[in-house]
Amino acid sequence: MADFPKLLTSRYELNESWLLSTVEKHGAYEVARKALTTMKPEEIAAEVKEANIRGRGGAGFPAGVKWGFIPKGNTKPVYLAVNGDEGEPGTFKDRTIMERDPHRLIEGCVITLFAIGGHIAYIYVRCELVKAIRRLEDAIEEARQKGFIGDRPFGKDHKIEIYVQPGAGAYICGEESSLLNSLEGNRGEPRLRPPFPAVEGAFRCPTIVNNVETISSISEIVRMGGKAWSDLSRLPRDGGVRIYGVSGHVKNPGIYEAPVGISMRELVYDLGGGMLYENRPLKAVIPGGSSTPVLRADDVVNAPGENDPLHAWQGKSHLDVPMGADTYRALGTMLGTCCATVMDNSVNMVEVARNLIHFYAHESCGQCTPCREGSAWMRDILDNLCRGKGRKEDVRLLVEIANNIMGNTICAFGDGMSMPMLGLVQKFYDEFLEAAKNGVPGSPLGDSAKELMLGSGA
Amino acid sequence: MAFSLTPELEKLVDDLLTRYPTKRAGCIPLLHLCQRQVGWISSEVIDFVAKRLDMSTSEVKGVVTFYTMFHQRQVAPNVIWVCRTLACEIRGGRLLQKHLEKRLGCKVGETSKDGQFTLLSAECLAACGQGPAIQINDQYYENLTVEKLDKILDEYAVENPKAATVTK
Ligand SMILES: Cc1cc2nc3c(=O)[nH]c(=O)nc-3n(C[C@H](O)[C@H](O)[C@H](O)COP(=O)(O)O)c2cc1C
Ligand code: FES
Repeated sequence: MADFPKLLTSRYELNESWLLSTVEKHGAYEVARKALTTMKPEEIAAEVKEANIRGRGGAGFPAGVKWGFIPKGNTKPVYLAVNGDEGEPGTFKDRTIMERDPHRLIEGCVITLFAIGGHIAYIYVRCELVKAIRRLEDAIEEARQKGFIGDRPFGKDHKIEIYVQPGAGAYICGEESSLLNSLEGNRGEPRLRPPFPAVEGAFRCPTIVNNVETISSISEIVRMGGKAWSDLSRLPRDGGVRIYGVSGHVKNPGIYEAPVGISMRELVYDLGGGMLYENRPLKAVIPGGSSTPVLRADDVVNAPGENDPLHAWQGKSHLDVPMGADTYRALGTMLGTCCATVMDNSVNMVEVARNLIHFYAHESCGQCTPCREGSAWMRDILDNLCRGKGRKEDVRLLVEIANNIMGNTICAFGDGMSMPMLGLVQKFYDEFLEAAKNGVPGSPLGDSAKELMLGSGA
Repeated sequence: MAFSLTPELEKLVDDLLTRYPTKRAGCIPLLHLCQRQVGWISSEVIDFVAKRLDMSTSEVKGVVTFYTMFHQRQVAPNVIWVCRTLACEIRGGRLLQKHLEKRLGCKVGETSKDGQFTLLSAECLAACGQGPAIQINDQYYENLTVEKLDKILDEYAVENPKAATVTK
């Protein structure tokens, strides 16, 4: 198995790794101390910019650039909102940081607040993650007692407070503007932009929203310097290391730290240990959480043009293209949260679409008509297809509905449900036609309801 | 009967409200505290929260109805959430749900005959790599099989049938 150096997860295996007394012996808060006592906020921000770290929450926006969007000459309070909602199906990495090394996140918050001129950070965590919330709250208390946060962190005259804010069970609250509404005590409905949160966010003040993993990377970036961090990656303009998650039909599901730009093949076969069952080969993989279009194991790159961003991988399997924000966009999918949901050839793709559309229909906040109605229509159509009550026209209708949602909603939820639906239909068109004809045997809605699962894992 | 928090929890509220520039921002944490005390969000709880935070009852109700984790009806002392989303499903999540329905004698969305468990369906619990996963009250159980699940439920039945919070 490939052995990559550990930076973000280096303390995961320590005994009681969530305690300050443990991690302090392994470098925790060294960088925060150095940053607050010897660096200027602009210097920190410059390192983060040079690090080319793209947001780890799904959209892949460069964090250093985002920090620069706080209006010059701003006189209002500046907030940091850390996104620990982790609701994207297939994603389970932020939880490990919060549970196993909460001090890494808190140190990141301290450095970030200092760099952006903020005094309060809210870590918004989905309330199901009780252990993560308790570990964070205890860790904050420990850091406060040591004087790492509070009125004068490390003796610096820059007050810092960090609070954990629980969610209440709504995937949409991971969307940054919805998160802000939820934080303010409202229904978690997304806001129209502009204004963007960096200009007008929490409590109508400039707010930087960053993912848990993004903020947890800040201390290592500042420790080694932006350039060195950027060079850890195998790709340009997409720096560093990150935490990959592998789930589904692999031998060793779980999280793995590795450089940005490893290939899906390395993730599934080296890190993930390969396919779970000898006789059931890889069929498809969802690369970045359920909102990203599926990759087919047997697709090859078709990029004959010399200027095509994927030309270097011409004729190679999609699995061999490095996993990066730009490369994956060129592939017609998205890197998202950089995790693989691996499916072997026992899985029916119409069932996959049905499973996921139930998620989206349940989680649509209901604000925009195309998303609210479209998700329910697609759900009903896919239910019908699976139970053998579908028609050939239904497949076309699915595509039409998805196309009509795209771009017509306030937030990216609509695109995030439509793109994968379109991807599934396009890449597995025959399976959808077959379902329209004969249903999906073994589907829980099938009339012949046999005790069959999607794949027969477990 | 009007609802009020125990003095212990009430102290937490005072601390909570120092965290934000507005009172309303305390709404979701406060609702959680109330639910921790009585198990669900009754209309008395809504009145209490509205008064405490200078919100209208309809605003608070709007918040309550938006979020899945606020119970709008009374639930059993133990709530079981079974993840139904893709990564768990392809590792056998559906079998767990069927087994639970059989063992508890109720469907998803209902309470068991003995009144001890409410069975609910969850969307992705951020445990996909350890699927299939379920949550019972505050505790996650991962990498489950039907046999492991049975053992867990046996323990609940014997040890602590009324435990509202079990954290290890
Ligand atoms: C429907 C939806 C759900 C999202 N869920 C999450 C989430 O759970 N966690 C997260 O960090 N970002 C989530 N995002 C992305 C956020 O809107 C935002 O881009 C991110 O938190 C910014 O942080 P980053 O730049 O560090 O990635 C979601 C976006 C959408 C549209
Ligand atoms: S799919 Fe079950 S925890 Fe993510």
